[in-house]
Amino acid sequence: MKKIYADNAATTRLSKEALDAMMPYLTDYYGNPSSLYSLGVKSRQAVENARNIIAECLNADPKEIFFLSGGSEADNWAIKGAAHLSAKKGKKHIITSKFEHHAVLHTLDSLKKEGFEVTYLDVHENGIIRPEELENAIREDTALVTIMFANNEIGTIQPVKEIGEICKKHKVIFHTDAVQAVGAIPVDVKEIGCDLLSISAHKFHGPKGVGAIFMRKGLRLPNLIDGGAQESGRRAGTENIAGVVGMSVALKHSCEVMAERNARLEKMRDRLIDGLLKIDRSIINGDRVHRLPGNVNMCFHGLEGESLLLSLDLKGVSASSGSACTSGSLDPSHVLLAIGLPHEVAHGSLRLSFSDENTEEDIDYLLEIIPPIVTRLRSMSPLWEKIIKNS
Amino acid sequence: MAYSEKVMDHFANPRNVGELPDANGIGEVGNSRCGDIMKMYIKVENNIIVDVSFKTFGCGAAIATSSMATELIKGKSVDDALKLTNKAVMEALDGLPPVKVHCSVLAEQAIKAALSDYYRRQGIDPEPIVGKIEEHDEHGEDSCH
Ligand SMILES: Cc1ncc(COP(=O)(O)O)c(C=O)c1O
Ligand code: FES
Repeated sequence: MKKIYADNAATTRLSKEALDAMMPYLTDYYGNPSSLYSLGVKSRQAVENARNIIAECLNADPKEIFFLSGGSEADNWAIKGAAHLSAKKGKKHIITSKFEHHAVLHTLDSLKKEGFEVTYLDVHENGIIRPEELENAIREDTALVTIMFANNEIGTIQPVKEIGEICKKHKVIFHTDAVQAVGAIPVDVKEIGCDLLSISAHKFHGPKGVGAIFMRKGLRLPNLIDGGAQESGRRAGTENIAGVVGMSVALKHSCEVMAERNARLEKMRDRLIDGLLKIDRSIINGDRVHRLPGNVNMCFHGLEGESLLLSLDLKGVSASSGSACTSGSLDPSHVLLAIGLPHEVAHGSLRLSFSDENTEEDIDYLLEIIPPIVTRLRSMSPLWEKIIKNS
Repeated sequence: MAYSEKVMDHFANPRNVGELPDANGIGEVGNSRCGDIMKMYIKVENNIIVDVSFKTFGCGAAIATSSMATELIKGKSVDDALKLTNKAVMEALDGLPPVKVHCSVLAEQAIKAALSDYYRRQGIDPEPIVGKIEEHDEHGEDSCH
């Protein structure tokens, strides 16, 4: 049976180049980078080389890159750090959007318990915040703006450059969760004008459990992880050497092939969306233009997402859904609700996310198998029966 | 999703799926807002469920439990069908993940709803026999699972 991995927004396969680069640091070069002898120096050099590569990909200074355990830690550090730093100056207001990743939203929940106030910007039907609404929300006591670069479910890209300008004008710290953007689309920290940016390696064919934060020079957030003097005393813990090496190789490769790959992915994406929109009562979620090249997110009225995923799995396809039944939670995805979908429609969502490993043949196969699956599930759905009767 | 082979079999090849034109008892439970609706059709003759079918909007477990529930009551007496529990449905499917137990409860409820409808059509008040069941509530909020 054909096998298609179409869940690259969840995670990606570790690339061969990254694995090869990592292997020596998992075997022969096991020295602690803090040690003085040559085995330790070898490890230290690998870590600093990885830092240089990542800084270059983001147009940052290597001193502005700190390694850590992944996107969630980067978000936690950026948000808690900026909040606690600003609280000393009496600033306890934070602005975010309604459809951030839970690494951001749940971090904000814990800050709210400490007395911070949070404003959630609307993301509208197209899944994009409006800069003027951000500017209107900024107050004297606004400590931080945290808005994601690209959404992990519907792939919509936010106007980060305009957000950066507004934050600069009002002297507010700007953090962007760029976990879905880095490696997928061009990310230039100088152009964006952000102060903090979160990165996770496993979204661009690097290893899991490793990431980085960009922290603009001159901004010194209080530490999240205290301990040894690693990462200039800003983030303790013996370095994940193989991890950061793998991340740097994967990112460098992603950036090198980006233009060509994205031209190909956009064509595939648009063909798939156009093909799936031919299905009766199907909708595309999020802006069609300002979206990640590899993201397709659709809803099919009258069916439930988990049964759709299982049917796809039986046909060899790995995908994801924002239905409540998939997550075991009560409500469907907060992202789909944030763009205004009613609950019953949001339950019928499907996310297909692609990387350089996917091909036009994958799209052919998906367009061949998805319509009959939708028809089959609808034929046994009492909800679909009602939708048809009421129309 | 860690489903048993039996669950996957009933999901991929559901038994007794569709409408039953000559049903004399139809019950519907669940709610679209929560992502699950189960509709059961039964045909009773001489106190025996001679035919049964279902339609389900919901997850894989919801489809599999509906399918299994129809198999378990087909050819049984109404009294036996009334005794069918969600636990029996789950056991017949070799178990369900903990977050999916409520889907099997829905299957039990759907059968009870169909039986209630059958009694009502016979001019019999179902409540003393079947007990109270949560009727289908299209606008119910915050009551999922
Ligand atoms: C937008 C976004 N932020 C944060 C994360 C968390 O990253 P990690 O899994 O590396 O902790 C993810 C991915 O899961 C994500 O998509
Ligand atoms: S129908 Fe939602 S979890 Fe089963």
